[in-house]
Amino acid sequence: MPPFENLPTDLVLQGIFLLVAGLIVVAAVAVVTLRNIFHSALALILCFSAVAGLYILLEAPFVAAVQVLIYVGAISVLILFAVMLTERVMDPKMGARNEQWWLGLLLTAIAATGLGAIVGFAPWPLSKAPIINDQITALGKEFLTTYVLPFEVASLLLLMALLGAIIIAREKEGG
Amino acid sequence: MPEDYLPILIYFLIAVGFALAGIATSHLLSFLFVRRRAAKDKLIPYESGMLPQGPARRRFHVQFYLVAVLFILFDIEIVFLFPWAVVFRELQILGLIEMGLFILVLFLGLIYVWKKGALEWE
Amino acid sequence: MSGVPLSWYLTLATVLFAIGLYGTLSRKNAVGILMGIELMLNAVNINLIAFWRFITPHLLTGQIFAVFVITVAASEVAIGLALILAIYRQKKTIDIEEIDLLKG
Repeated sequence: MPPFENLPTDLVLQGIFLLVAGLIVVAAVAVVTLRNIFHSALALILCFSAVAGLYILLEAPFVAAVQVLIYVGAISVLILFAVMLTERVMDPKMGARNEQWWLGLLLTAIAATGLGAIVGFAPWPLSKAPIINDQITALGKEFLTTYVLPFEVASLLLLMALLGAIIIAREKEGG
Repeated sequence: MPEDYLPILIYFLIAVGFALAGIATSHLLSFLFVRRRAAKDKLIPYESGMLPQGPARRRFHVQFYLVAVLFILFDIEIVFLFPWAVVFRELQILGLIEMGLFILVLFLGLIYVWKKGALEWE
Repeated sequence: MSGVPLSWYLTLATVLFAIGLYGTLSRKNAVGILMGIELMLNAVNINLIAFWRFITPHLLTGQIFAVFVITVAASEVAIGLALILAIYRQKKTIDIEEIDLLKG
């Protein structure tokens, strides 16, 4: 990379990571605490986009593209439509938290402590192997050879989701 | 390589900065120069425009949701089509059959939904 | 080698998972609960990709798993929101404290 040759790469990468991670955490906190659920949905879109940035930092551009296509492009749209379809929800007067939120906070603290302990103490067998080149080609081959059964089952799952969602959500009875 | 995506990050920062700078400038200018006078016309949504009818927070039609579900389905199909298209020549007829099956299943779903009349805009 | 250590990614994923769990458990709105689940799934995906990058970079299993997780998440959201819409039509609310048909 000629224009960035003189930069201390590690430091720059760490700085970008902290920027993206901060954006993710702030957006996620906004998602779970904002009173207006529509604003939560918008924060969720920001969070999804930032996670895509993280995938690029991890050198997985295909997954980053999938994240943008499906999460940012489709799932967010679905959630926004659902919010607008349930009109009372857009009423900001409806509280954000239910009666048992403190119990949830307690459980979250326990779970986070356990997970943090695992992250801190488990020995990870780090590999020095180079990253596979030409990821897209390799992915295409893997999808259609080793993972062909999950691949076909995924199409059945999508079919079921489509039929189920449309039959459940339609207003006409039995139609 | 993450370095290749640096322009996108810079672009993102410029976009956010531009939006924030615009809002800040507008607030600053109105704070400095505008004399506030209460006027009824200022409170309508479109000044000198058509008067809006009905509440803004109207319930949307459920048809939008059905279209969004169809969209998500074919969005995922594209995600799987893309790596397949890259290696299409290498896998030859086997890849074609596998992808044909994948698309056929989704296509059957589309036909079923079509026949049910879920695509008709009431 | 990437300048960001694995533990940073794992810590971020833990934080994101905890936030999602809290959202799922504490939201009053059914759509908000689904959003919390999405945050947790994103945390899982960050872990999958981070482990791929740092532990098995010569294989692609982690990436493929992540793509399937995203596919399943999309189906889950489509069905979950359709159920919420159906409940909304029946009960005119999606406040989970008012949806208590199974309460004795």
